Amino acid sequence: MIPRYQTVLFVILLVASVVMGAVLWQLRNRDRQRLLEVENSLPTQAPEAAPEQQATLYVANDADGSVAAEVFSLPLPQNPNERARAILGKLLDLYAAPGSTHPVPGGDASIAHVFLLPAADGNPAATPSGATPSTENRAPSGPELAVVDLTRSFAANHPSGLETETLTILSICATLHANLPRITQVRFLVDGQPCATLAGHADLTRTYLTGETASTAAADR
Amino acid sequence: MRRSTRLLAVLIAAAVSLPSTAQAQSASSQAPPAPPARFVVVLDAAHGGSDPGARIGGLPEKTITLALSVRLRSLLSARGISVVTTRESDVTLSSERRAEIANHADAQACLSLHASMTGSGVHLFVSSLAPAQPVRFEPWNAAQAAWVLRSMALEGALNSALRHAGLTVTLGRTLLPIIDNISCPAVAVEVAPDDESGRASTQAAAASLDDPGYQARVAQALAAALVEWRSEGASQGEDIGADQP
Repeated sequence: MIPRYQTVLFVILLVASVVMGAVLWQLRNRDRQRLLEVENSLPTQAPEAAPEQQATLYVANDADGSVAAEVFSLPLPQNPNERARAILGKLLDLYAAPGSTHPVPGGDASIAHVFLLPAADGNPAATPSGATPSTENRAPSGPELAVVDLTRSFAANHPSGLETETLTILSICATLHANLPRITQVRFLVDGQPCATLAGHADLTRTYLTGETASTAAADR
Repeated sequence: MRRSTRLLAVLIAAAVSLPSTAQAQSASSQAPPAPPARFVVVLDAAHGGSDPGARIGGLPEKTITLALSVRLRSLLSARGISVVTTRESDVTLSSERRAEIANHADAQACLSLHASMTGSGVHLFVSSLAPAQPVRFEPWNAAQAAWVLRSMALEGALNSALRHAGLTVTLGRTLLPIIDNISCPAVAVEVAPDDESGRASTQAAAASLDDPGYQARVAQALAAALVEWRSEGASQGEDIGADQP
C-alpha cells in the first residue's frame, strides 16, 4: 500500500515534468522561428545604393578578333576594389547575355574577388610564375596591380581557343585600365590559386601590362 | 758563283710567285659556292595525349592539329624544306619539351598549330612580349623577345599567302608559353571554321575544320608562305633564322 503523500508527490512531479517539457518545446520553436526570420531578412543581392556613373568597357568580338570600347551607365561603389569588381561583373554579364559578340558563360558570378596592390617595378612580363610583387616603399597613389580571382566554373566553361581566351584577357585588362588608370598590371587567379592557362591556351602565370593590352585593343579597333 | 746566282734567282722567283699562289688558292676556295644554309621548319601540333584541347564537334583539337601538321610536313618536304615535328602521334608533351625540340632544331621558322570553333578563317598570333635586344643567355620565359620582330615578319608572309588563298585572316598578339620560350621566328596558327560554314551552323563549322579540302587549302597556303620566307632569306643573302635578328 503506497502512502498518500507519496502518490501526491508523484503526481506533482509528473505534472511538473510535463509542464517543463511543454515550456522547452515552446522555447525551441520560438528560437527556431527567430533564426529563420534572420535568414530570410538577409539580402540576396547587394543593395545598389551607389550612384550610377559612366564606365568604359572594352567588349570583345569573336567575329573579327577585335576589342571595342563601349560606354555604359552602372552603379559604381567608391571603394576601388568593389568598383573594379562591379565593372568586370558588368563586362562578364555582357558576355553571358544571349546574342553576345563574345559568348562566355558565367556572368557576374564568375568574378570571385578583385583586389588591388601596389605594383612592382621592372618588367613584370618576365615575372616568374608565383612571384609576388614587393609592397615595400610604395606610395599608395602609385601604379597598382589588380589581382582578378576567377571562379573555377568560369575557367572550366570558357570556350577553348587562342583567340577567344586572348580576347577575354585583353578585354578585362583594357577595361580595368580604362576605368582605374592606376592599374598598370593584372594577374589572374582561379579559385584563389595560380593557374597555367585559362582554358588550355592563354597563359595565366604571367603578369599582364595594361598599357600593352590597351594599345593592342586600340589597334584591334 | 754561278750556282749561288741561280739559287738566288730561284728564291726570288719563289717569293714572287707566293702571293699569286695564295691568291689562286683563295680564289679557288671562293670558287665553289658555299652550300646553302639548311632551312628548317618546326611544326608543333598543339595538345595531344591527355590534353585534348578544345572540343570541336565530336573531335578533340589534338586530332585536327596533328592531321594539319602531317599534311603540312608532306607539302614542305616535297619542296625540299627540312621539317622537325614536335609530335607524330597522340602523345602528351609539355610546352617546355616542345620549346626544347624547337630550340634544338636551330630552325628558321616555327609554327604552333591550333584549331578552334571561335571566329572564322585563320588566326595568326605573335608573342606579345616587348621586342628586346638579343643577349647571350636569354631568359626562358622571354626567349622570344629577341625574335618578336622577325616573328612579325613571318606573320606578314603567312598573312599574305593565306589571303591570297582566299582565306579570312585575323592577326593578334598573345602570351602563349610555347611561343614565348622559342628562340626563332615563331607564329601560332589557329584554324577556325571557314566563313561560309561558320555562318551556317555549329555542326557545319565543326565539319569544315575536319574537312580535308579545307585543311589542304590552309596547309598549301602555309607551305607557300614558308617557301616565300625561305626565298626572302636567300635573296637578302642572310640566314634568316640561324643568326640573331
